[in-house]
Amino acid sequence: MPELIDDAPDPAAPGGNAPEFTVSELSGAIRRVIEGGFGFVRVRGEIGRVSLPRSGHVYLDLKDDRAVIAGVIWKGVAERLATRPEEGMEVVATGRLTTFPLQSKYQIVIDDIRPAGQGALMAMLERRKAQLAAEGLFAEARKKPIPFLPEVIGVVTSPTGAVIRDILHRLRDRFPRTVLIWPVAVQGERCAPEVAAAIRGFNALPEGGPIPRPDVLIVARGGGSVEDLWGFNEEVVVRAAADSAIPLISAVGHETDTTLIDFAADRRAPTPTAAAEMAVPVRAELVAWTAEQEARLARAAARATADRRQRLRDLARALPRPEALLDSPRQRLDRWGERLPAALRARVDRARLRLAGAPVRPELLRRRLGDGRRQLGERAALLASALRRSVGERRRQFDALAPRLSPEPLKRADRQRARTLADLWSRLGRAAEGRARERAGRLAAAARLLASLGYEATLERGFAVVRAAGTVVTSRAEAAPAPALEIQFRDGRLDVVPAGAAPAARPGGGRGRGAPGGGQGSLF
Amino acid sequence: MTGKDVAAMSFEEAMAELEAVVSQLERGEVPLEDSIRLYERGAALRAHCEAKLKAAEERVAQITLGPGGQPTGTTPAEGL
Repeated sequence: MPELIDDAPDPAAPGGNAPEFTVSELSGAIRRVIEGGFGFVRVRGEIGRVSLPRSGHVYLDLKDDRAVIAGVIWKGVAERLATRPEEGMEVVATGRLTTFPLQSKYQIVIDDIRPAGQGALMAMLERRKAQLAAEGLFAEARKKPIPFLPEVIGVVTSPTGAVIRDILHRLRDRFPRTVLIWPVAVQGERCAPEVAAAIRGFNALPEGGPIPRPDVLIVARGGGSVEDLWGFNEEVVVRAAADSAIPLISAVGHETDTTLIDFAADRRAPTPTAAAEMAVPVRAELVAWTAEQEARLARAAARATADRRQRLRDLARALPRPEALLDSPRQRLDRWGERLPAALRARVDRARLRLAGAPVRPELLRRRLGDGRRQLGERAALLASALRRSVGERRRQFDALAPRLSPEPLKRADRQRARTLADLWSRLGRAAEGRARERAGRLAAAARLLASLGYEATLERGFAVVRAAGTVVTSRAEAAPAPALEIQFRDGRLDVVPAGAAPAARPGGGRGRGAPGGGQGSLF
Repeated sequence: MTGKDVAAMSFEEAMAELEAVVSQLERGEVPLEDSIRLYERGAALRAHCEAKLKAAEERVAQITLGPGGQPTGTTPAEGL
């Protein structure tokens, strides 16, 4: 690359004729260029990292896919911004560029920042809505009922313009009321703080103070662009509406516009006129209703007495005359009264007749009574002597028997029995002893006999027992076909193979318990 | 029924009770003595409702604000 080398400054003369700056001079020059050239810029980009230090200034990055510019919003500006910068927000920032010589940096000092385009605005609105909803500010449980007939209606709106006229007009038609207008800006930077302050201000009014406290609030604004209505989306407004102890109707924009205050309000009216309709009933209807109630009341009361009067009359008619009640019993009394003397007479006649037919003679009765008394006297006299005799007889018999009663015979019998028992006891002992001795002797004899008869003794004398398959063999005929025999000697048993068995049938030997088969065979 | 002081009632409360009184009387289930008392109660409620309806006067005022945004009083709103 010889051309490039030719163009390069001469290394022998460093600096050449270029002026020489100090760092501060250069830095100041750059600053003048930048501030001069970018004294007022609008820049569109996405907000990157945002930091909010205690100082109140806001530091943020503006970026797109290839570059980043640091930005700052001074405290005073930040406080009156309509839009609070949030990370990720697409914005258009207005401001001027300046440098920060200490760090060789430049930044934009932002005077205003607002969301770029509808999409960004809506996205931010959705985020805010979700966040406030998560806090429960829109919960159904928070909604208060609108009073049926408020005495005082507070309206938060612009004191001029169609909205307040529409509301007053509709109220006048339905039910004229006391209306308090709290004037506010309904768009622009002042809108949100003023509306919030108005809602809180109405709520702060004491009951019975010089300014009457409203029974219901209407927050109203006519239709407009999303940006125009934006103040009613601000958090301060939404929180003030949610906190309102006075029931609140929101009527912001047209029916199709929805702002966040609508979610926090107790009722949402599609238009300011509709809000007025929600706030009061129709007076004429109530007047008619009251008149109807009055008529019904009078009718019901009149009927209550009329019905009772009629019922009393009916009952009175059905009540029988007192004489009629007594007629029948009196008749019965008369009938029975007539029959009473005749019945009594008949009864007396019947008794007299019986008395005359059965005469009673006192003479006879007296005689029978005398007889009875005499008999009783005689028998009583006999009774005592008979008893005495009987007792005397029994005592004599007892006296004769008593001396003969003595314990001696019983004792004698007792002694006799003891002797018999001792005798029997000793005889039992003797008899048992004799029997035991006899049995032992017989056992010994039997054992001896067993030994002499058993074959074990004969083994001592040279005899042997031959078995085949565990069975005793006593003849040649039995032994010859057996494949193996067992011989029991005096001192143990020995397995042998008889010579008559075919030696070829034996599988090589070694299965027997004794000596090899060949050697055994020669024994027979 | 003879509970709350009628004068202290809201229109809605008076309305609801008046309706109840009327229908109770109409059913004719109350003893005569009670029905007289009930009627008197109903009449008082009706009068209260009517008074509330008569007091339908429009007064429109605008809040006046001090320098700190505090309400200082009201001023009649003209021409609305």
